[in-house]
Amino acid sequence: MFDLLGVPPQVLFGQLLLGLINGSFYALLSLGLAVIFGMLNVINFAHGALYMVGAFVAWLLLNYLGLGYWWALFLAPTVVGLVGMVLEKTMLSRLYKLDHLYGLLLTFGLALILEGAFRHQYGVSGQPYPIPDLLKGGQNLGFMFLPNYRGWVVAASLIVCFGTWFAIERTRLGAYLRAATENPVLVQAFGINVPVMVSLTYAFGVALAGLAGVLAAPIYQVSPLMGSNLIIIVFAVVVIGGMGSILGAILTGLGLGLMEGLTKVFYPEASNIVVFVVMAIVLLIKPAGLFGRER
Amino acid sequence: MPDGSITKTAMLEISDLHGFYGESHVLHGVSLEVRQGEVVTLLGRNGAGKTSTMRAIMGIMGKRTGSIRFQGQELIGMAQHRIPRLGIGYVPEERGIFSSLSVDENLTLPPVIKEGGMTVEQIYDLFPNLKGRGSTQGTRLSGGEQQMLAIARILRTGATLILLDEPTEGLAPVIIEQIGVAVRALKQRGFTIVLVEQNFRFAATIADRHYVMEEGHVVDMIPNDQLDANMDKLHTYLGV
Repeated sequence: MFDLLGVPPQVLFGQLLLGLINGSFYALLSLGLAVIFGMLNVINFAHGALYMVGAFVAWLLLNYLGLGYWWALFLAPTVVGLVGMVLEKTMLSRLYKLDHLYGLLLTFGLALILEGAFRHQYGVSGQPYPIPDLLKGGQNLGFMFLPNYRGWVVAASLIVCFGTWFAIERTRLGAYLRAATENPVLVQAFGINVPVMVSLTYAFGVALAGLAGVLAAPIYQVSPLMGSNLIIIVFAVVVIGGMGSILGAILTGLGLGLMEGLTKVFYPEASNIVVFVVMAIVLLIKPAGLFGRER
Repeated sequence: MPDGSITKTAMLEISDLHGFYGESHVLHGVSLEVRQGEVVTLLGRNGAGKTSTMRAIMGIMGKRTGSIRFQGQELIGMAQHRIPRLGIGYVPEERGIFSSLSVDENLTLPPVIKEGGMTVEQIYDLFPNLKGRGSTQGTRLSGGEQQMLAIARILRTGATLILLDEPTEGLAPVIIEQIGVAVRALKQRGFTIVLVEQNFRFAATIADRHYVMEEGHVVDMIPNDQLDANMDKLHTYLGV
């Protein structure tokens, strides 16, 4: 077997796959944050908690209703989306005229409440969630072993991310969204019900987090703290990609996942901080982020 | 049928309209009416309340009192997104071309609300400059072309009343001439137009009547054919 820079290919590709999987979750979550920030101007700190809720909905569906993974893949994002819509209508919508900071504080509080409630009920130890039968096992690709479920996670998140990008950048509905992001008052003056659009956008953004939660359940365990572990990195991803940039969020998420994987191979000590080092460098050179526009 | 004849002639009827942005009281009892098929201008100095009157009609204003009736329906208190759906198209002063949308997307953004709007082909006949520019980013167009696009996108929707806020502002005379030709063509097609203008020479070539505004209300109404006779008065109003 050949080595790459003194590293066996199994190790290298294994870590790259792990990086790609982490990157898939970064991309799904930061995409939702970017969509929400673009339209609502709210930095949604509850995103990680809603990702956790998505995973728990999947777990609850399985353990109380006997509904398996494929049901959860559809139902959990729907539930999370509806929760999001209620939060937007009853609370967030009151804050749009105020500074960003209020939205951030409100969603941060919501995250604490959600996490606290689940922790109270289920404790901090993770609950296992089985891989669906259809995706058990794996493929030997010669240079590495690819577990089917992990391949599915990467493929599913790529499809959802680029599907979302296409819907926003290339369709009529997306044109309304982009226009309302730029000038909501004028879009309303064309006869479009912007407040409803804003609610649906928030619901969609958090539904993406719920979907990520379901995808994550069989890989990581279902735990009340799974979201808060991830969300800090996801915020760094959003800052690096550029606030509100859709493509930036997707590409940066995947790229940073891979970069983390590579760091684990070549300099493991730095793997936990590499994202933040990149963030610092990007902020120094391009304060609006790699794909962001200066405002 | 006295009531019937009023609704037939007055398409837009504003009476004793007061408007507020937060604490500041910007409209002080505006009253005017616009009949079907007319082109009416609002003249006045900066800050006289012309743009605010348009925004009040569209519901883009904190608080309004008084009455704004469009084809007999009261607009005050109506949900903001329902007002344009009655058939009112708004072309704002800042033009409002979206930079994240292509020219085509800008053109087709406002939803069609009624039958009888112009087709994209007819719009291109009216504004040949826009033809073939579909995939260009909206804000890459020149100022004049952006103004044409801002007017063009309203014509598709089937709106019958068009509110045009300073369509000639900052444009070269040759472009103003083109906009004038287009507005006259729209009038011939039967559109009813309310036009805010600082440039009353331009207004005089298009309008049927002129309302003069000062300090948030209408102080005078001059039919276009009496404009010459009232020129001194108008100069005093406008301070030119």
